[in-house]
Amino acid sequence: MTIGKRPAASVRRRSHSRRAARRFLLPMAGMVVVSFFLAPYAVMALDALRGSSEVLRSPPTFFPREWHLSAFTEVLSDDRFLNWLKTSLVVALAATVIVVLVATPAAYFTARFSFAGRTAFLLLVLVTQMFSPTSLVVGLYREFFEAGLVNTYLSIILTNSAFNLAFAIWILHGFFSSIPDEVEDAAHLDGCGRLQTLWRVMLPLTRPGLVTAVVFTFIAAWNEYVVALTLMQDDAKKPLTVGISSYVTGYEQHWDQLFAASLIAIVPVVILFAAIEKHLVGGLTAGSVK
Amino acid sequence: MAEDRQRAAAAAGPPAAVAARSGPGARGAGPRRKKSAARGHAAPGESLLWLAPALLLIAGVVVYPAIQLVRASTGRYSITGLRLGSAGADNYRNVFHHPALTTVMKNTAVWVGAVVLLTILLSLPLAQFLTKSFFGRRLVRWAIIVPWAVSLVITGRLFSLIYNYDYGILSRLLQWLNVIDKPIDFLGDDRWTMPAMIAVGIFVSMPFTAYVFLAGLNGIQGDVYEAARIDGARPWQIYLRITLPLLRPALIVATVLNIIYVFNSFPIIYTLNDRNPGFTHDTSITFMYKVAFKSAERDVGMSAAAGIFNVLLILVVVVFYLRTLRWREREKS
Repeated sequence: MTIGKRPAASVRRRSHSRRAARRFLLPMAGMVVVSFFLAPYAVMALDALRGSSEVLRSPPTFFPREWHLSAFTEVLSDDRFLNWLKTSLVVALAATVIVVLVATPAAYFTARFSFAGRTAFLLLVLVTQMFSPTSLVVGLYREFFEAGLVNTYLSIILTNSAFNLAFAIWILHGFFSSIPDEVEDAAHLDGCGRLQTLWRVMLPLTRPGLVTAVVFTFIAAWNEYVVALTLMQDDAKKPLTVGISSYVTGYEQHWDQLFAASLIAIVPVVILFAAIEKHLVGGLTAGSVK
Repeated sequence: MAEDRQRAAAAAGPPAAVAARSGPGARGAGPRRKKSAARGHAAPGESLLWLAPALLLIAGVVVYPAIQLVRASTGRYSITGLRLGSAGADNYRNVFHHPALTTVMKNTAVWVGAVVLLTILLSLPLAQFLTKSFFGRRLVRWAIIVPWAVSLVITGRLFSLIYNYDYGILSRLLQWLNVIDKPIDFLGDDRWTMPAMIAVGIFVSMPFTAYVFLAGLNGIQGDVYEAARIDGARPWQIYLRITLPLLRPALIVATVLNIIYVFNSFPIIYTLNDRNPGFTHDTSITFMYKVAFKSAERDVGMSAAAGIFNVLLILVVVVFYLRTLRWREREKS
């Protein structure tokens, strides 16, 4: 953190060479890391930009011989794809709204008040996270099968909300707890009721937490696979993650369309994730490293 | 105000990093830090009002399916999913006597062990690297986020082409680099299938793990290093004696969560292994799924029994891991 700031003469040369290393070696190593993590997705983009027959050419070439945008136009004019996109959007948005509406009061209340069963509730929230939708998938299937909710948006909206609730509650709980009591007292003195205080005073102060919870829920719901694979058997109602598999099956092999569709599914999520990157590392970097 | 915000962000930092895809997250740091935060007292009636939505959702979509899972594990079901009656402990017996069980358990151990261990070993230097400030660090952080943000099925599908014998770019690349002289059938050759899947598992687990470590490293005060340096400690001594011990909480969080995620990981094995018949390369999670929905058996009851077995298995592994840690700690002191 403060490397290279020492004034002693004996170490000056070492810190000088270190600075040189920092200027050239570190960015180069950085580029290696970048290419390692992005290379597979570059392959994806390059395959989306060549014709279907060229993807299946042996031996493969790194760059397309002919560049096409046709995979993107085909996918975007494909009703199946538009249906999957719609499902993904509806499910992810609905789940996010539900999570915020359900998690906010719970997080606020547990952060601000002590009451009988508070610890038990927080523990319950924690335990729900021990179960992934994957491990419960058979139970979920039985539940929705018996309720006649297989093949409905509602079934996967509820599942995605429930399994992302715990994270949202915990992160908002953290934010609410860190707001000084005085802020709330002042709001009370100004005549705000509890709901009004939460809405007008507390929520704006927890915005980073809210944004993080929203983005995480949206991404998790957007990317969810197992439950949707199990519950959504009607092709028109599948979300993107499940639907796009039908571009490459035993009968048709449209890798270019699969990857064009994948890229369309990936881009919004990556942008959202990059937007909350700062919160991933915590606010600590702001003070020490910059 | 600025300080408040920073504190808030700091409080939220580690759990956010820990959140990952299905995010058992916040367990890491959030709750422990603020035990005395609650102030006013509230009547039971009022508290129920505020918590009711959350309780309903948890009861309906987590607790009830869990009960259904237990119920299903003792039932007999038709192929279409209708309950035919009670099966007693037959489903459990069928799981334990399943001819593929040994293979599946071995695969699970190899998959979880290799992915978690290698992910952690590779993420430590990566996180260390990310603490340095250099030109382009932003770009590096964004690039690392990509495999984390992208749906695992999509990454899995992508690698199924990259690994392809005829059309895959990986064999081509290795040939071009003169590492191999013939293409490798990564997903068809039994020797290569598991290592190929493990590589993808590591690739998608590293971003989250590196971010947990990064949050941990950022939490270590700079003056600790300063003091060590003044005492004449060498960089590797500083790393072994100071950084690693102080990183312990982050290491534990990363290990436990990775064990849970990797154990429960479904899409990668499901997509990369879909060409191979039988259960030769399945872990207990994909085994459970295939028994219920894909195999010739289509046996919901047996799959539910396998599911219960899975939940207990992961519980035992995590508890055992945490126990060992505490035991070693007591031994030391």
